[in-house]
Amino acid sequence: MIVSLTEMAPGQSGIVASLDGGWGMVRRMQAMGIRPGVPITKTTSQPFRGPVSVQVGNTEVALGFGLARRIMVEVPG
Amino acid sequence: MKQILLMGNPNVGKSVVFSRLTGTDVIVSNYPGTTVEFTNGRMKLDSTRAEVIDVPGTYSLDPTTPAEQVATDMLAAGDVVVNIVDATNLERNLNLTLQLLSSGKPMVVALNMWDAAEHKGIRIDVAKLEELLGVPVVSTVAPSGRGINELVGRLEQAAAGTRSYEPDERWSQIGEIVEQVQVVEHRHHTVLESLADISLKPWTGIPLAVVFGFLAFALIRLIGEGLIGYLFEPLFENLWRPLMASLSALLGPGTFWHELLIGSLVDGQIDFVESLGMLTTGLFVPIGMVLPYIFAFYLVLGLIEDVGYLPRLGVLVDTIMHRMGLHGLTVIPMMLGLGCNVPGALSTRILETRRERFIAATLMAICVPCMAQIAMVVGLMGQSDNFTMGLFAVFGTLAVLWVALALIFRRVLPGEAPEIFVEIPPYRIPYAKAVAQKVWLRTRQFISEAVPYVLLGVFIVNILCLLNVIQFLGNVVSPVVTRLWGLPEEAIAALLIGFLRKDVAIGMLAPLGLSLKQLIIACTVLTIYFPCAATFAVLVREFGLRRMAKAALLMTTVALTVGGLLNLVL
Repeated sequence: MIVSLTEMAPGQSGIVASLDGGWGMVRRMQAMGIRPGVPITKTTSQPFRGPVSVQVGNTEVALGFGLARRIMVEVPG
Repeated sequence: MKQILLMGNPNVGKSVVFSRLTGTDVIVSNYPGTTVEFTNGRMKLDSTRAEVIDVPGTYSLDPTTPAEQVATDMLAAGDVVVNIVDATNLERNLNLTLQLLSSGKPMVVALNMWDAAEHKGIRIDVAKLEELLGVPVVSTVAPSGRGINELVGRLEQAAAGTRSYEPDERWSQIGEIVEQVQVVEHRHHTVLESLADISLKPWTGIPLAVVFGFLAFALIRLIGEGLIGYLFEPLFENLWRPLMASLSALLGPGTFWHELLIGSLVDGQIDFVESLGMLTTGLFVPIGMVLPYIFAFYLVLGLIEDVGYLPRLGVLVDTIMHRMGLHGLTVIPMMLGLGCNVPGALSTRILETRRERFIAATLMAICVPCMAQIAMVVGLMGQSDNFTMGLFAVFGTLAVLWVALALIFRRVLPGEAPEIFVEIPPYRIPYAKAVAQKVWLRTRQFISEAVPYVLLGVFIVNILCLLNVIQFLGNVVSPVVTRLWGLPEEAIAALLIGFLRKDVAIGMLAPLGLSLKQLIIACTVLTIYFPCAATFAVLVREFGLRRMAKAALLMTTVALTVGGLLNLVL
């Protein structure tokens, strides 16, 4: 099942499926290690559509709700 | 002269390596974007001298952000590249490494944070990585100096990389390299990692932030007051006072030199706060009252920075900050501004757009008092009849004003704050030596920059008094000061000196016998109406004279309004 990062529960893991954004957004995500095929774990999310934080490799990254909504993740089930 | 560029991702320790190589003291912290301006220094390289440049961190050379553009431009001019890589994050860091390799510049790779990687169960085959990249690779632990000599020794072997690949194959290349050189053993969560988790989860993180905030301020007060009570006051009272008393008797009260150096006597005695002489108040205010708090603040801030807490605070407050049209990371310039507005203004560069940086800098200049000023306000209110009420009124007003101005900026300046996108560094136990060095560096900066300004301020006050300039100005602005703000005419001298140094200005309020209400108004207005000379100079350099002229107009308007309102309400 493919869901966006914002729909995942904190603690849930999956594999990045696609980045739905322009060239700049995709490049910036890639540079932080977020790119299709990479395992990703959502660590926390702030309430009221606040930032989401994720773990990719050994890096923890926080991203705004709008950015997180455009990161699609393949999750089991 | 040969130019050596230190390049790497943000927060991998470039500045620590820089300071190891050049012996130059620079501020290092545990968050991305500590170095916002490139720094250069010199080092000896096979008996010739070379220039070393600490390039601000960048994740890639795709020019998607201004910082990356700067790094790309600097790369073109350099002779040798030292690529600092975070060994705990090899895969992500290699993205920049491969891009640097394709530039064809001679290069050396430093696998930094080697100790942290070992701790995390990450093992990297250095020799194999060297073979795959075709450039020297050295493992380093910059804060302890491990591997730095080897790094310097191998600089002459710096080579243009041998690895070539198609641009769209970069990530698969990186994957291949990592697979061949890195082995990761699974480790259980450490205590620090668990602490890192709960400080970012909203339901535990926000209460923790409040607790940490209170603890930090309690600690600053404890250290500051302790230093004053047990060290600085006894020093001034027992050693300096007898000396000054003899000098006073020698010069004779009322003479020009007595007025300038000792100031006027209060009840036949020297009063270190009220006398206003260069050797009495001029030294006691910066050293006896402000310095202890500066030291205490920077010690606590240094620990918070090096642990890696600030970006987490930025994430926690991001939602509410965006409601006010600001970015979560705006907390970093505000925190630094509490120490001194000058580094606060410079640190606005961690924000992405000019609009955000301008808003953050203006909010800070208007509403965030620096530690020198806070120390004096605390000292002054301590002598009034209601200490808590006084402090609450001043800082409460500034906090409300901060929010109100942020909301106004949001409406007036077109555009939205970009979304937060930031790497959260792991918590690290601060290196005692690094924190000590940072505290010393910042305290030294205060002593060398503030003390001369304070002395100049006291000097000017005396000259202006002598020339009757203050009385003249008093007549001109007295309607505002006396009617609108309800302050005595004598407060004008303090407001005038406030353009130069806020701490001296607040000290000058001491002899006026102000009521609590007048103290609150005077301290609040002194914060708002204009930044000190040093801060204003930095703001003009960062944003240009035209924008700052507008900001200055805003500051004056706000000061008039807020001062008037407080006079009506209190």
